[in-house]
This record gives sequence, structure tokens and C-alpha cells, in this order.
Amino acid sequence: MGAQSSIADVIVIGAGTVGAAIAYGLARKGLRVTVLDGPDTDFRAARANFGLVWVQGKGQGKQQPMPAYQALSRRSSDLWPGFNAELTDLVGHDLGYERNGGLAFCLGEAELATRRAALQRLHNALGGDADWEMLDRPALEKLLPRIRLGPDVTGASFGRSDGHVNPLRLLAALHEALLRLGGALHAGHAVRKITGGSGGVRVETDAGCHAAARLVIAAGLGSAELARQVDLTIPLRPQRGQILVTERFAPFLPLPASGVRQTREGTVMIGATQEEVGFDTSTTVAAAAKLSARALRIVPALKSARIVRHWAGLRVMTPDSYPVYAQSTTRPGAFVALCHSGVTLAALHATVIADAVAAGSLPASLAMFHQGRFDVPQAA
Amino acid sequence: MFRKLHEPTQTVTIHIGDVAVTAEAGETLAAVLLRQAEPWARVSPVSGAPRAPFCMMGVCFECLAEIEGLGAVQACLVQVSEGMRVRRLAERRELAQEVGS
Repeated sequence: MGAQSSIADVIVIGAGTVGAAIAYGLARKGLRVTVLDGPDTDFRAARANFGLVWVQGKGQGKQQPMPAYQALSRRSSDLWPGFNAELTDLVGHDLGYERNGGLAFCLGEAELATRRAALQRLHNALGGDADWEMLDRPALEKLLPRIRLGPDVTGASFGRSDGHVNPLRLLAALHEALLRLGGALHAGHAVRKITGGSGGVRVETDAGCHAAARLVIAAGLGSAELARQVDLTIPLRPQRGQILVTERFAPFLPLPASGVRQTREGTVMIGATQEEVGFDTSTTVAAAAKLSARALRIVPALKSARIVRHWAGLRVMTPDSYPVYAQSTTRPGAFVALCHSGVTLAALHATVIADAVAAGSLPASLAMFHQGRFDVPQAA
Repeated sequence: MFRKLHEPTQTVTIHIGDVAVTAEAGETLAAVLLRQAEPWARVSPVSGAPRAPFCMMGVCFECLAEIEGLGAVQACLVQVSEGMRVRRLAERRELAQEVGS
């Protein structure tokens, strides 16, 4: 236990996309924010991200649907243009953000029918305006005049709210904006212990102690252990995603698709796998083959493209895959924010979640994202 | 801009476009490109602006050139050899579309 090295209004544990967005949002409100981050060797989903700002299909869930998550994603997507403009203005560099809509390609008639039904189910649960439509192959060809689609492509779902961004530029901009607004960011300050302090929370790290009135735990896969210290039990697991990136080409894909997107720099990102392999960030030839095979069925001309990098990251997964926003009852100044869609939800985190932390309580509209939904009742 | 600090003892001749260039045996093509009056290797496929070798260690992909007929090879990872034929990538690189196939 070292000497107390800082007193802030809010301590945020974790400088990934989630923690940095909340910290930026708090600093933007004039609060004194200290962000504590671990060593470079930590698992960092923020540095392995595909870069979609995505809405379509969110909340359809393999085990159980959660229409509220669809609504949350759409809300963040609507906040993104303003969030991007303000952040870009503050740091003076472009994030590569575009909101031209997004595609989920369908191969074969069955995929097209399944996709249509899944999106319709979500839509029926929510009501309101449809921000998506199904495109048949001729409509797709009209939308993508510079691509010759593979023969198996039957169509795609098109989400008007979808977009994409350079996730590394986003992360760098959030850090820079935080510092410009007077916040502090400490790398190599892995948090060991959370205790109470006078009127708030006290945090012990490898490199000193920090105290604040409020605490936000946004430490990705490291959050389960930290949340336990404020009496919140959050089941978390890593889910590996592998991504390929090609050499650069003249722009040919004017909007992102769920597994293929061309970046502003001209590279083509191809992703991503969903693998239950524990804490393992290795890349595999099998995954590269699988990702390439599907991409080639969509855009056969990619067969001559050179792959320049291949990497893996670990998603922060909850049992139902949806986010957790929770407040400790035993230490009311402490909050937890976790999700695997830190880029899509960044605009929401910088506003709605930052406002909630500043106000000292989460709004009722986020009640269903409490981790209590995972509690299993004791059998009689 | 760049020049050799020593006189090479063993040299080879390579061809960059139509120009015969003397290089030191074993040095990288990127190093040779940087000594030319025009040091660029390719144009950006997005902006069309010329790009030259930068990191010299296989990371930045700025030094792509056509080497022995192979498109978009990293010049910093290739050692020059006698008679090597190199072309700068003067056109924006397009994803090859097999129109009519």
C-alpha cells in the first residue's frame, strides 16, 4: 500500500474504449477524472476491434432476444455523429467515421429468409420505424457498382443506422481528449484492491493509491474480480475473434458489411470468428481459411489480394452477450460498465453513462442491463 | 537525398523501370530506391499521392513495388540481385475484377 497519490471526483478503472469513453464524457462535464490502466500485456479488445458502429441485428441473441439492446445500440448510433464531430474538433484529427449504412450479405436463399425473419422478429418486438430493409441481388448490384458479387450472394440486409470508424483512432482520440480536458491517465497502474474511503472509494494500485467519490469499473475481462470487491457478481468469459486485413486498394466498397469492410486507408478487413477457447490470443490457419472462404464467396476478386496481417482479440462476453451497467448497493459510488461493443456504444457511454455516474445513479431505462439478471435462484 | 557512406566492393546491376542502377550486393531494394533521384515506390491507392520507403523493417507497407513481375512486394524485405527487374506502382492499385468471366 503506497501513499495516496491522487484525489479525483471519479476514478475509472480501464482505459480501453469503454473506460476511455466514459472518462471522456465525465471530463467533458467538468469533473476531475483519473483513469487507471494496467500493463500493455493485458488483454486489450480495444486494440483488436473490427471498427463497426453497428445496429442491425443487435439484440436478436442466440439464447434469448433483448430488444432493449437493439434500442440502446440505435440510440448510440444516433448519438455518434455529434459525438464524432465534437471529438474530432477537440483533438484535431479525423476518426474515419462514416454512416452510410451497412450490409449483412446472405449466401443462398435460406440465409436470406433466416435473416429477414430474425430482423422482422426484432422489429415486431420494438415497433417504431424500420431503419433496415432487405435488398435482393439486383438492388445490391446497383448499390455496389464496383464489385462483381459471387454467384451464391442472394441479397443482403441493409441497416440505415450502421456505420464504421477507425477503432484505433477512436481510442487515441478519447485518450487525448481526456487529457486536454484536464483528466489524468495512468498506465501500469493495475488495481489490486478497492476499499471504502471518507465519502467515497479508495483504490490501491501497483503504483500508489487513489481516492474519489465515484468509481467506474470498465476493465474488460479483468472486471469480474474487481466487481466482486464491491459485491457485484458478474459472470464473464473471453470469446476470441480473429481478423484478417489485406493490402490497400482503390475504394470499391462504399459501405461496411458485417464481415468485410474497406477502411479509409484502402485495406479490406475480413472478420471475425467467435471462438470459445479461453484466454488464448493465438491466430490459427483454420480460422484464416474459414474467413477467407466466406469473403471469397461474396467478392471473388479478393482471391488475388495479399493478406498483410492476421490477429486475434478477446471479446468481453456475458452469459447472454448483452452489456452490464450496474451500481453496487454496498458501495453506492461504484459502477460497472461492460460490453463487447465498445465502439458502437462509445457515444452512449460518453453521454448517457457518464451522466448517470455523475448523477450518482443509473436511470430506470438501463435497469434491465443490471447484472442481477444472471443470478440463479436457489433451488428449493 | 540519401547516399552510400562507403564504396561497395561487390556490386550488381538492377533495372528500375527502364533505368539501369548499380547497387551493392545484398542491400535491400528499399535502400536502393531511396538513393534515386525519384525515391518513390508507389502511389497511394486512395489519394494517388506518391509514397516512398519509410520504416525499412517490414511494418509500414509504404515501399510496395512490382518485383520480377510480382505486384505489391515490400521492397524493404527484398535483397537486390543481379539483373533484378523492378517497376514502381504508378497506377492506383485496384482490386482485379474479372469482367466477363
